[in-house]
Amino acid sequence: MSKTAEQQSGKTLAVTVNGEERVVPEGTTVSGLLELLGVATGKVAVERNKAIVPRSTFAAQALSDRDQIEIVRFVGGG
Amino acid sequence: MTAQPNDPFVIAGRTFTSRLIVGTGKYKDYAENAAAAEAAGAEIVTVAVRRVNLSNPDEPMLVDHLSPERFTFLPNTAGCFTGEDAVRTLRLAREAGGWNLVKLEVLSDPDTLYPDMVETLHALKLLVEDGFEVMVYCSDDPVMARRLEDAGAVAIMPLGAPIGSGLGIQNRLNIRLIAEQARVPVLVDAGVGTASDAAVAMELGCDGVLMNTAIAEARDAIAMARAMRLAVEAGRAAYLAGRMPIRQYGAASSPVDGIIG
Repeated sequence: MSKTAEQQSGKTLAVTVNGEERVVPEGTTVSGLLELLGVATGKVAVERNKAIVPRSTFAAQALSDRDQIEIVRFVGGG
Repeated sequence: MTAQPNDPFVIAGRTFTSRLIVGTGKYKDYAENAAAAEAAGAEIVTVAVRRVNLSNPDEPMLVDHLSPERFTFLPNTAGCFTGEDAVRTLRLAREAGGWNLVKLEVLSDPDTLYPDMVETLHALKLLVEDGFEVMVYCSDDPVMARRLEDAGAVAIMPLGAPIGSGLGIQNRLNIRLIAEQARVPVLVDAGVGTASDAAVAMELGCDGVLMNTAIAEARDAIAMARAMRLAVEAGRAAYLAGRMPIRQYGAASSPVDGIIG
């Protein structure tokens, strides 16, 4: 991720991703979070505070402090 | 894979030729899974929705082995115990896959994996309102099957026996009643152990069969997948052919007149 003004100011957000606590720079978007985590965007779905995040808005939605994020993908199942 | 000419299998307006839906769980790996799905002649595979493993985001992906272009993915709600969890899971599945056809399964008891039909009906109504086309895993109760159909289910999928048990169809009477009364496709989902179980389901008038463990846990999964394809085709053909009546005593096949001596 390229450094933003917010990152340089050192402000951070505490978010929960798939049940794990993560600290990310203020201003991080859903796309930015996926990039930080090394998750390919094309094969996952994201939920933010129990609401679906449409893939088309990944780059636009900035995270807030204490957001609850779920990132899921298809796995084998019956 | 044309088993029967002019015998299309239609679910929610989508036409298929294969009447065998296979799961994608419990296989050794996704490669064996893909080979088994091919051998089964399946056009629809069930898939689950789970969290990405953040400590290994590059782990093998189902979609890299079973192409969503080749197979219709049927996202399930396996592991959900409330209607709300099921709805939440399928909304994520719709976003990940971009389609509306889903399998609803709301379980009650972790030992029997029996479906909770009150929660299932509740979740079905929420999903239908939200625009989903829902194939519903259910108990083998004809009254509840009718309720599901009235609530907008696009397919009724009663269990033959508990999930993963391989016990075969425990209540043939109920499965036949459900198949007879339904105006939407009926598929036996769960309980099939071997090929004859699948054939019985089809002979009872079901439109299809959904299975996972019977193939995945066979010693040779790919050979069993082929056996299941043949069994579903044979059972369907026998159902369409119309079986002979059952008699309580013998009825000779050779003429009784003209016997020498």
